[in-house]
Amino acid sequence: MYSEKVMDHFNHPRNVGELEQPSGVGTVGNAKCGDIMRIYLDIDDAGVIREAKFKTFGCGAAVATSSMATELVKGKTVREALQVTNQAVMEALDGLPPAKVHCSLLAEEAIHAALWDYAEKNGIQIEGLKKPVTDIEEKEEAEEY
Amino acid sequence: MSRLIYLDNAATTQVAPEALDAMLPYFTEYYGNPSAIYGFAGKAKGAVEEARRILAEGIGAKPEEIYFTGSGSESDNWALKAAAEAYAAGGKHIITTKIEHHAVLHTAEYLEKNGFEVTYLDVDEKGIVSPDAVKAAIRPGTILISVMMANNEIGTVEPIREIGAAAKEHGILFHTDAVQAFGHLPIDVEEMNIDLLSASAHKLNGPKGVGLLYIRQGLKLRAFLHGGAQERRRRAGTHNTPGIAGFGKAAELAFRNMEQRAAYETKLRDYLIGRVLTEIPYTRLNGDRENRLPGNASFCFRFIEGESLLILLDQNGICASSGSACTSGSLDPSHVLLAIGLPHEIAHGSLRISLSEKTTKEEIDYTVDKIKEIVERLRNMSPLYEDFVKKSDGKDREAG
Repeated sequence: MYSEKVMDHFNHPRNVGELEQPSGVGTVGNAKCGDIMRIYLDIDDAGVIREAKFKTFGCGAAVATSSMATELVKGKTVREALQVTNQAVMEALDGLPPAKVHCSLLAEEAIHAALWDYAEKNGIQIEGLKKPVTDIEEKEEAEEY
Repeated sequence: MSRLIYLDNAATTQVAPEALDAMLPYFTEYYGNPSAIYGFAGKAKGAVEEARRILAEGIGAKPEEIYFTGSGSESDNWALKAAAEAYAAGGKHIITTKIEHHAVLHTAEYLEKNGFEVTYLDVDEKGIVSPDAVKAAIRPGTILISVMMANNEIGTVEPIREIGAAAKEHGILFHTDAVQAFGHLPIDVEEMNIDLLSASAHKLNGPKGVGLLYIRQGLKLRAFLHGGAQERRRRAGTHNTPGIAGFGKAAELAFRNMEQRAAYETKLRDYLIGRVLTEIPYTRLNGDRENRLPGNASFCFRFIEGESLLILLDQNGICASSGSACTSGSLDPSHVLLAIGLPHEIAHGSLRISLSEKTTKEEIDYTVDKIKEIVERLRNMSPLYEDFVKKSDGKDREAG
C-alpha cells in the first residue's frame, strides 16, 4: 500500500533524534488519533535551517513524512521552509494512500510549530506563519503497569 | 523474504490437507447440483448432508438445525435481523455488548435505525461480560440477547452458559457469535441454552466462503435469501458443495483433536505471553490471563503505534495483526481495546498474535526476539517515550 520511497523513509528514517539546544521545537498531533510528531530545528543567525531532527509516534506514513519533511527543510531559509507544504512532502514520497494524507498535514504543521517556537523565542515575526492550531493534548499520565 | 511465520490464525487459517482432499471431488467429479433429482447429484447432496451431520453433532444440535451460509458475518446478519423481525411483536429491545464483531455491532446499529432499541453492555477490564449485567438489562420487551462466545481481538472467553441460562429464564432468544470459538472450545447448544449460533469454516482450517447458522428447532425465522428451496427454504442459493464438504471435514478434525490441540496451543501461548511480559518493559496483556482462546495473545506496547510494528514484523517474515487505527482506516483504535478501558495512546500500540497447532516454539522465540528489537527501535523514535524517560529522570532526581 505504500510507495517504495515511503518504505525507504520508514525503514531508514533520516534525522531521527533530538537536538540539545534547538532554535525551535514543535510537537503536533495527539495520541488519541494515533500520531504525534516532534520536530527540532537548529537555525543560524542568517535564518538558515542547519539541522532538523524528529521523533514520531505513529504509523509507517507518519514516520516517513516526518523523515521527508526534515530532509526537505534542511539547508533552507525560514521563509523557504514555509513553502514545504504537505503536498510537497507527499510528492517527494511518490504519494500516500488517501487514508494517510493527514500524516503529511501533520508533518507540515510540525515544521510550522517548530518555526513558531523559534519566532517566539527570538521575538520575531515570520511573514505568512500562523500559530499552529493542532497541538498535543495535555494528558494525564497514563497508568502504570 | 527468507521465511514465513504465520501468526494470524484468528484472521484466517490454512486449509487442512484432509479438508482440501474432501473438497476436491466436488469440483470436477461430482459437480452436480445437490438439489437436482438425478442420481449423479446424489454424491453432492450426500456430501452436504454428511457435513451437516458432523457439524450438528459437534455442538449437540440436530442436523436440521444447521443452515449453511456464505460466512460468519452473513450468519450474524441473518440471526439478528431475522430474530428481531420475527419477534418484534413481543418487543423491540435487543441486548448485546460493546466488544462484539462489527458483523453484530453494525447490524445492531442498522436495527436501531429501523425502530429497535439496543443496549450495548460494558465489559470489565479483562473483557468479560457480566451475566448479572445481562440480567439487569433485561426488561419487558427484550426479545434478543447476542453475546459472542470468545472475542476475536483479545481472546477473552465469555460466560456463555450463565448468559444462556439468564436468557432462558426470561424466555428471551439467545444468539452467540462463535466464529472464534467453534472447533476450538467445547460447545453444547443444549447445555448452554443457545438458540442461534454463528460459525465460519475458515477459522478452523476449513475453506473461506462457508459459514453456518444454528437455528434452534421451532424458531420462526424468516428466510435470509429468497429464491430457492435450499436450506429448508431459508437460505436460497446453490450449495457450495466443495466448501461445505471441506467445512465438515475440518470440523471433524477440530472436534476430534480439540483437547490436545488446545493443550498444545495454550502451553505455547503461555510461553509467549511469559516471555513478552518479562522481557519487554511497559507492556500489557489484553484480556484474561487464563480464560482466553488457546491460540490468542494480545498485547499493548506503550509509546509505539501498531502499524509500524506490523510492517517491521512483516519485513522479518512474521504475519500478525493489530487493533490499531491505522490498519482499520479510521483514526480510532479498536473498539474492543477502548471498551476494556485502555486510553487511546495505549490502544494504538496493540499487537495480536494468534497461533495454530503447527506453530513451533522456535518460531515463537524468533518472533519474541524480533518484537523486542522492533519495539525498542520504535520507542527510540517516539516522542511519547522521550517525554516519559525525561519525566522519570526528573522524578529520580527529585527523589534523590
